[in-house]
Amino acid sequence: MSTKGEPLVEVRDLVKHFPLTRGIVFQRKVGAVHAVDGVSFDVLRGETLGIVGETGCGKTTTARLIMRLLEPTSGTIRFEGDDVTHLRRGALKPLRREVQMIFQDPYSSLNPRKTVGAIVGTPFAIHGLEQGGEQRRRAVQELMEQVGLNPEHYNRYPHEFSGGQRQRIGVARALALKPKLIIADEPVSALDVSIQAQILNLLRGLQRELGLTLVLIAHDLSVVRHMCDRVAVMYLGKIVELADNDSLYKRPRHPYTGALLSAVPVPEPRLAASRRTEVPAGDVPSPTNPPQACRFHPRCPKAQDVCARDEPLLEPKGAGTIAACHFPLTQQEAAERVPTAARG
Amino acid sequence: MALLDVQDLRVRFATEDGVVKAVDGVSVSVDSGQMLGVVGESGSGKSVSMLTVMGLTRAANATISGAAGFEGRDLLSMPAEDLRRVRGNDVAMIFQDPLSSLHPFYKVGTQIVEAMQAHRDISDVAARDRAVELLGMVGIPDPRQRFGAYPHELSGGMRQRAMIAMALSNEPKLLIADEPTTALDVTVQAQILQLLARLQRELAMAVVLITHDLGVVAEVTDQIVVMYAGRIVEAASTEKIFRAPEHPYTWGLLQSIPRLDKPRDEPLVPIAGLPPSLINLPGGCSFHPRCPYVRERHRRVEPQLEPLPDDPSHHVACLLDGEMRKNIWKDLRAGMEPQQARAAVGLEEEPA
Repeated sequence: MSTKGEPLVEVRDLVKHFPLTRGIVFQRKVGAVHAVDGVSFDVLRGETLGIVGETGCGKTTTARLIMRLLEPTSGTIRFEGDDVTHLRRGALKPLRREVQMIFQDPYSSLNPRKTVGAIVGTPFAIHGLEQGGEQRRRAVQELMEQVGLNPEHYNRYPHEFSGGQRQRIGVARALALKPKLIIADEPVSALDVSIQAQILNLLRGLQRELGLTLVLIAHDLSVVRHMCDRVAVMYLGKIVELADNDSLYKRPRHPYTGALLSAVPVPEPRLAASRRTEVPAGDVPSPTNPPQACRFHPRCPKAQDVCARDEPLLEPKGAGTIAACHFPLTQQEAAERVPTAARG
Repeated sequence: MALLDVQDLRVRFATEDGVVKAVDGVSVSVDSGQMLGVVGESGSGKSVSMLTVMGLTRAANATISGAAGFEGRDLLSMPAEDLRRVRGNDVAMIFQDPLSSLHPFYKVGTQIVEAMQAHRDISDVAARDRAVELLGMVGIPDPRQRFGAYPHELSGGMRQRAMIAMALSNEPKLLIADEPTTALDVTVQAQILQLLARLQRELAMAVVLITHDLGVVAEVTDQIVVMYAGRIVEAASTEKIFRAPEHPYTWGLLQSIPRLDKPRDEPLVPIAGLPPSLINLPGGCSFHPRCPYVRERHRRVEPQLEPLPDDPSHHVACLLDGEMRKNIWKDLRAGMEPQQARAAVGLEEEPA
């Protein structure tokens, strides 16, 4: 086990542009979707890093870049100090063993024609581990038990399981190779409310037990608050705020973070009535042609002229927080919007 | 008299695997100017009950009984032809996925005009003006331009607004919204909820909001019914459901979600097990296999939805003693695990 707190993954100025083309035979490039546009962050050993943001903010693309399921346009990704940004397929295999992913939809991420045993055992087969039928079977059954599945269901097919159980199969598969990093992309958003807590508790328990490092991608800010040590908020391909959990939820600095938090429905009628929901009007602009300078300025309640001229840098704004904003929220503004801040 | 008064609604579907009891004796009513939340998980019957009220489950394999009185007429026994005149006119519905409920080949405005002209005699020009006005009313910028947009040209939030505009085009008295914000981002969800609440106030409509999200209903509804396995297990004002919930399933829902208004390290208490199969419902109380407070009797006796003795507006279907329920909820609120709470109120340990 390695020491906690050192960076496991270092991401610097990571960019991914998806080209937009016209024409069928002679494709010419007419523009690009700026899915991820210069993000930098570290994932520390043993921590849970949350990445939040709305549809199209680039959070899933970021995850897929770290997994190297996508080729970055520019920037670097280091894993345990080694540059893995442009590794070729063959050279990627050791990385794949260290970094595993849990997907959102437990229905489409499991092959319906394979048994659970085969699904969870495939990583062993790919990497030539746990050779021999009996040995592999035992390894798979141990994993099944670890995630709360009945090991006797080894020969069942995915359709025989409920959504929550399928997600457990996905977790078992991700754990098989004892990875150092697990990226969970919306692991509970397809599940029923009463089942979500089961999976969240499972992930937390496994993390404590195995000392895993976890990157949790989610749009649900309550889930992220419950699970994560640090949180990165993304908007239109950029990180606008990166803070430790307490700082982010007690004192959000970026107006976009404030807007997101004020929009989370709170199951408490009195609080819901008293707080101020400060939601930016309109839609998120197109990532093909994002606004100049601060990307949030056309929707920001605090925007001034400078916001359309100079891009704010991601800088420290008080203890435990970096945010990219010229006019961060004051404590009072945060408290009006955010139930967690109001509690102090 | 209530605007919509559903009495003892039962819906069954004959399938290859057996008879699915999708809705099993649901009674609920909504007044004008009221917003009712229907909360439950997938398969709880929340959508099917409202689809049935709208006459959208009239299939060969469906058996429907009960009554759904709307302004003195029964929607369930109404001939299809008459129902068509009510639907989209006096009663309108919006769905979860606006992309699949709008026709991709027609302009948004044209679809709204069609919805109007299906129900009343209105000239093309007047319908067009009204459609533009509606698009503006639901907060679509540049409504005159957006009238000519195709659904794929709009974002998810804008599409849902267009759906709401279409639903409102004939000034319905009742609007049924089935998970209207589930497919949307939180900020857009907040916009749509604010919009629904504003329109409901301004137009004095009755709204039924179907959702799995307790946060959503807390924000906008007046009354809530909680459904489980085709039945209502608890019905009360929104305030009571959150302040003094009575049913163990409601407790479970409230305690299993992470909340921004609670301390961060408060543990999540999941509801054990899985929702039951509607083909083969457990005997007695349908929640008993997942209920931490189950007793032997609960496996045999079916609980009825009854008013609380000290509060006739609060209904619950639970066999536990009322006093005991209050104590359990108090203990759960104080941070006890369900098993501890069970022991604290002196519920005897279950024989294995």
